[in-house]
Amino acid sequence: MPIHSGARIFVESLLREKVEVVFGYPGGKVIPLYDELYDAPIKHILVRHEQGAAHAADGYARSTGKVGVCIATSGPGATNLVTGLATAYMDSVPVVAFTGQAPTSLIGTDSFQEIDIRGITLPVTKHNYMVTNVKDLAKTIKEAFYIARTGRPGPVLVDLPVDVLKSHADFMYPQSVNLPGYQPTYEGNYMQIKLAAEAINTSQRPVIFAGGGVINSNASEELTNMAIKGRIPVVTSLMGLGAFPEDHELSLKMLGMHGTMYANYAISEADLIIGIGVRFDDRVTGKLETFAPYAKIIHIDIDPAEVNKNVKVDIPIVGNAKNVLDKLIPLIKAIERKEWLEKIKEWKRRFPLNYEYDDNNIKPQYLIEKLDELTDENTLIVTEVGQNQMWAAQYFHFSKPRSFITSGGLGTMGYGLPASMGVQVGNPNKTVINISGDGSFQMNLQELATISSNRLPVKIIILNNGTLGMVRQWQELFFDERYSGTILENPDFVKLAQAYGIKSLRIDQTNDVEMALKEVLNYDGPVLLDVIIPQDENVFPMVPEGASINEMLELKKKKREKEKQGEVA
Amino acid sequence: MRHILSVTVNNQPAVLARISGLFSRRNFNILSLNVGETELPEYSRMTIVVEANTDTLEQVKKQLYKLIDVIKITELNQSNMIERDMAIIKVNCGKNQRSQVIQVVDVFRGKVVDFSLDTITVEITGDENKINAFIEIMKDFGIKEVVRTGIVAIDREMNNNVLTNS
Repeated sequence: MPIHSGARIFVESLLREKVEVVFGYPGGKVIPLYDELYDAPIKHILVRHEQGAAHAADGYARSTGKVGVCIATSGPGATNLVTGLATAYMDSVPVVAFTGQAPTSLIGTDSFQEIDIRGITLPVTKHNYMVTNVKDLAKTIKEAFYIARTGRPGPVLVDLPVDVLKSHADFMYPQSVNLPGYQPTYEGNYMQIKLAAEAINTSQRPVIFAGGGVINSNASEELTNMAIKGRIPVVTSLMGLGAFPEDHELSLKMLGMHGTMYANYAISEADLIIGIGVRFDDRVTGKLETFAPYAKIIHIDIDPAEVNKNVKVDIPIVGNAKNVLDKLIPLIKAIERKEWLEKIKEWKRRFPLNYEYDDNNIKPQYLIEKLDELTDENTLIVTEVGQNQMWAAQYFHFSKPRSFITSGGLGTMGYGLPASMGVQVGNPNKTVINISGDGSFQMNLQELATISSNRLPVKIIILNNGTLGMVRQWQELFFDERYSGTILENPDFVKLAQAYGIKSLRIDQTNDVEMALKEVLNYDGPVLLDVIIPQDENVFPMVPEGASINEMLELKKKKREKEKQGEVA
Repeated sequence: MRHILSVTVNNQPAVLARISGLFSRRNFNILSLNVGETELPEYSRMTIVVEANTDTLEQVKKQLYKLIDVIKITELNQSNMIERDMAIIKVNCGKNQRSQVIQVVDVFRGKVVDFSLDTITVEITGDENKINAFIEIMKDFGIKEVVRTGIVAIDREMNNNVLTNS
């Protein structure tokens, strides 16, 4: 057992966890740690703001399935991680964050750059630690990675007082963890699985509702097998996009506030919903009292606290989605369900996603359709939050899990650009596209420097409408078009990118879309495309907040209403 | 409805903050919370009294279980547990009232723990109702100060032999 400094133990422990890359930003209290990293076979990506480090680690984790790691110094460095940790927490992403801390002798004295980061991050981490004795360091790091990646994944923070990094101890990395209070259930109860199979086999109008848990547990293949075997249509949550191939006839794409009309109709008429790795978020269910009024609900989830939290469940199965589906599929009968599938086909035909194509103005939906056409399945889409995110979710076809990386639960503007760095680092051979809005882009645009200096070939596409589009949309529809605080005065994004040494171009004509996208996709390096889109373009369909999910505002209806008003006036 | 949870947790710093933080951010209504070391020094036991309907109680328990530091949760059965609350009460009490106060204290099996010229300080233990009743009566004399521990509770051992032998 060699004697090592805490900083060295940190590096050795990370190597034992097979960490290849960390995203971070140094500061006084983590200098010993950075000193060790200097010689370590671990890649360090220097971000330009700690929030970027947390989102990059998150994007890395979502796209690779590995644990993402970020480092920040004490005080402001640590607090800058909070939004990133909260984002990862809401979407169950395995991230381990390390923060520097004042020496143990000064803790509690409001010393320079001291902050109670453990207290601050209690509600936004799955668990957190402060290591006060170097002897506990290796064990704590082992536990942190174990907790982050097992059960329902989530972020874990480890706070490291600087004296702990400097003092010495024997290094022995533990083989296993001993956490009596943490025993995730992986195998679903077989009696419950049998009950579920029975319900599925006797159901006339079943719908599978798949979420992020399917992707987290790598259960996409099982999900697809089950849907095809039982001829059961599949809707996904935002986090579940890519869990089921969207070009398949059984795919109804996304449901909820900006889901497809056919997905929302199917859920509303279903007699059975098979929720897999979903949490029945309010953006999905709309008004709870009228959600899936005719349906029995089966809920498969690894987190028992999700069962009965938002909707009443008839058949709960607590376990890992992959394990549960493995046992469930053999019990499912191949049934044609002709009538139900015909009905769904008819809804798809009558209520497709649609927008008004415009020869002159670039419609964002058109651009994303083109992007979909021009890219192959080795493309990873990372979005910001807002209209850009919803258009990407609606008009891009996701056929593979981990191909759509977005902030779902927390809805974090500024997520996309730094997350795309992590995605690109984790997937050097894939095309990583950051679909952005002009508002979100400006929340973490300093990361252009990180992208540039690491030559990360991220393709940044800004859907630039000069407003905070989604808020503007709500103001238009529900606040009498009073655009309070939503009109932006933007810098010249093309010049901005150039200042960072990033290739950039701008388009504002529909005709130029295809050529520009080709140029962007073929360019070997980071590139920014500024796309001027109409300011008043909205995302449809839309379920107003608090309405039932089958009460959707759609494009035509909205137009008719406007015409009517015009006639009266 | 009132429910009493006995929660075994790791005896470590910040555990209380984790638990109380969970209650406040999920908007669970906590009536009292007590914590102390158990028979094993690595664990503490909390007696948590919550006001909740059945659905909320289910969430309270499940969310508590999600905390890595929570080892075990037992809901105590109201009809089969031993529940105690303790109060120390300082009452205004001149010479003339002393015997009266002491009489009440005796009836409630309390204990006088301090005197001054014009106050008397009493310790009383029992279930919540008993303490409430005692405090009601003491109000007549004029209460200067009350401290209460909140409830601690344990389930009654169900051992048939002991019952028949006694």
